[in-house]
Amino acid sequence: MSDALLSVQNLRIEFPTRRGTLVAVDDVSFSISPGEVLGVVGESGAGKSLTGNAIIGLLEPPGRVAGGAITLEGRRIDNLSYDRMRRIRGREIGAIFQDPLTSLNPLYTVGRQLVETILTHTDMTPTQARDRSIELLQEVGIPAAERRIDSYPHQFSGGMRQRVVIALALCANPRLIIADEPTTALDVSIQAQILALLRRLCRDHGTAVMLITHDMGVIAETANRVAVMYAGRLVEIGAVRSVIKQPKHPYTVGLMGAIPAIGSDVDRLSQIEGSMPRLTAIPPGCAFNPRCPHAFERCRSERPDLIASDESGVACWLFDEDASDVPMEVAGHA
Amino acid sequence: MPDAAAPAPSANGEVPLVEVVDLAKHFDVSKPFLNRLLEAEQRQVLRAVDGVSFTIPRGKTFSLVGESGCGKSTVARCVVGLYRPTQGAVLFDGTDIAGLRTRAQIRPFRKRLQMIFQDPYASLNPRWRVSNIISEPIRAHGLASSQQEVQSRIDDLLTHVRLTPADGEKYPHEFSGGQRQRISIARALASNPEFLVCDEPTSALDVSVQAQILNLMKDLQRELGLTYLFISHNLAVVYHVSDWVGVMYLGRLVEWGEKRRLFRYPRHPYTRMLLDTIPDLDMSGRDRQPVAGEVPNPINPPSGCAFHPRCPHANARCTEELPRALPVEGGGQVACHAVEEGRLAVEDRGTITPPPIEDALRAGA
Repeated sequence: MSDALLSVQNLRIEFPTRRGTLVAVDDVSFSISPGEVLGVVGESGAGKSLTGNAIIGLLEPPGRVAGGAITLEGRRIDNLSYDRMRRIRGREIGAIFQDPLTSLNPLYTVGRQLVETILTHTDMTPTQARDRSIELLQEVGIPAAERRIDSYPHQFSGGMRQRVVIALALCANPRLIIADEPTTALDVSIQAQILALLRRLCRDHGTAVMLITHDMGVIAETANRVAVMYAGRLVEIGAVRSVIKQPKHPYTVGLMGAIPAIGSDVDRLSQIEGSMPRLTAIPPGCAFNPRCPHAFERCRSERPDLIASDESGVACWLFDEDASDVPMEVAGHA
Repeated sequence: MPDAAAPAPSANGEVPLVEVVDLAKHFDVSKPFLNRLLEAEQRQVLRAVDGVSFTIPRGKTFSLVGESGCGKSTVARCVVGLYRPTQGAVLFDGTDIAGLRTRAQIRPFRKRLQMIFQDPYASLNPRWRVSNIISEPIRAHGLASSQQEVQSRIDDLLTHVRLTPADGEKYPHEFSGGQRQRISIARALASNPEFLVCDEPTSALDVSVQAQILNLMKDLQRELGLTYLFISHNLAVVYHVSDWVGVMYLGRLVEWGEKRRLFRYPRHPYTRMLLDTIPDLDMSGRDRQPVAGEVPNPINPPSGCAFHPRCPHANARCTEELPRALPVEGGGQVACHAVEEGRLAVEDRGTITPPPIEDALRAGA
């Protein structure tokens, strides 16, 4: 896609260890257009945060990008030096992390942190930067911003702190924001406020957002498209509505069935047996095959690729159109 | 608050297993004496829980929901006896267990109620084998006479929570979060309890694992006739597991009632607000209006009804007078001036079919 703001192709992240190399993210490809919210969903250990960290160049050693390409507005950013990447981070890509208390320096006022970030990334004078900081705090919905700018992080509540973190991410008007579990630490009523804020910023500024979360509800509320990850691989990608309403991959189907819904009086939730494999023991073929109710011979030996078009894609042999060996009853499910 | 006293035993005369009456827990959060003296400050009391009353019928699940800091975990801890209530009673099978003082008095009740905690990583001793962890209640309460009996009980419990007897030889770090929570459940079941208090048992787990644990808990309830007090902030989970639901805000129970009735006809404005925050997985395009404001500091709660600063229906009376808990048809109570005065009509949120009122009464209202 040429109009994509961010494009990730065949990303592979490895962790070299004494007992061999672990592949934490394998062959992940997706793109995000300007103004779009792409939700990345998966269980803990699925590799969603690693993918986000790789994009902003903050992979913790010994983890490293071992293959593939990350392009931002047509420029490769995965092979930049630390200094070049540092200038892109913050100016072109903003980041919001889960815990707002650890993303803010407790020793500096929020104003000082905002001003410092603005001065680093733009040509503003300190006075302009301070005015801009107040503007940003107002924009993210902090009441009495002129007064609150001189407060320290501990003087804010959790929801207000997360707003400050969002203001920090917005300092240099980035084109892309990586939001890693931005509402997980917050209460439901505050979560709704923060998600509404993210949606509004997206609409008003045309900022693209990569929203990493384990919560399908957050995705349904906020994202335009959703990518589902399992054991380091992308298993399904598509428009939020179609993935949530008609999930294709057996894992996504299981995941949706496992979410309790208000008003549905089922006695048992549908559950996926077992748990996600550890990185040291990813099964051959499709990583989901030991837990998949529809697995057949091919799933155990051959790995399905994500058959991706612009709109959607699913990595599952059940959806391989020119396959002849799909058992009949399974094909019926597909 | 005499008005908030628990309702009489259910229509068929059966005594509910657990009855919480006007429960309060206050924490002294004052500065040290010398600081108070020098800075001329008063004592400060955090009213974590105040005037909470509800009943749990035998074999049913009662859930408490609310945002962080609303006091739901404090209620749970008071009910199992980890905190001594400042005021009020916890009647377990007719006996006020909060009022018991000596070990000998408490002992017979200890094994009849157990607790499951939120974090399965912190609640299991990492240096003990699983079999040791599970057998501790058996040994502590002297429930088995021989080592073989203990061992067969451990194997039995592990099978019950869908693990294998061989898992008893392992250490907690060898298990995933969901499996650890199964171990916690096995430990809780070891003393043959009738009543389990579950404090956010699935909040630290992924959704697919959460489904496994919730299914297991429901199966165990059916098999063993357990009664649950379930604490959660997740309304969808609460809807799935509960028979009765109570909504807490700043230390008070603002509304409680039969699950389907509460979700279909929410009365208290805070309940309505919480229901509005549930993400819409049906993608019906409902335009969610996020509620403004945050939970105030519980050390200085707002006067009158604590919800009034965020409530769209608040008037002068709400800022001054604490609302009384009024009975609701079909069982349960609501504490709201607007509802009492009829200013706020009952809202019908469709789709959910509540049981006929007689059923609700028979279930223990």
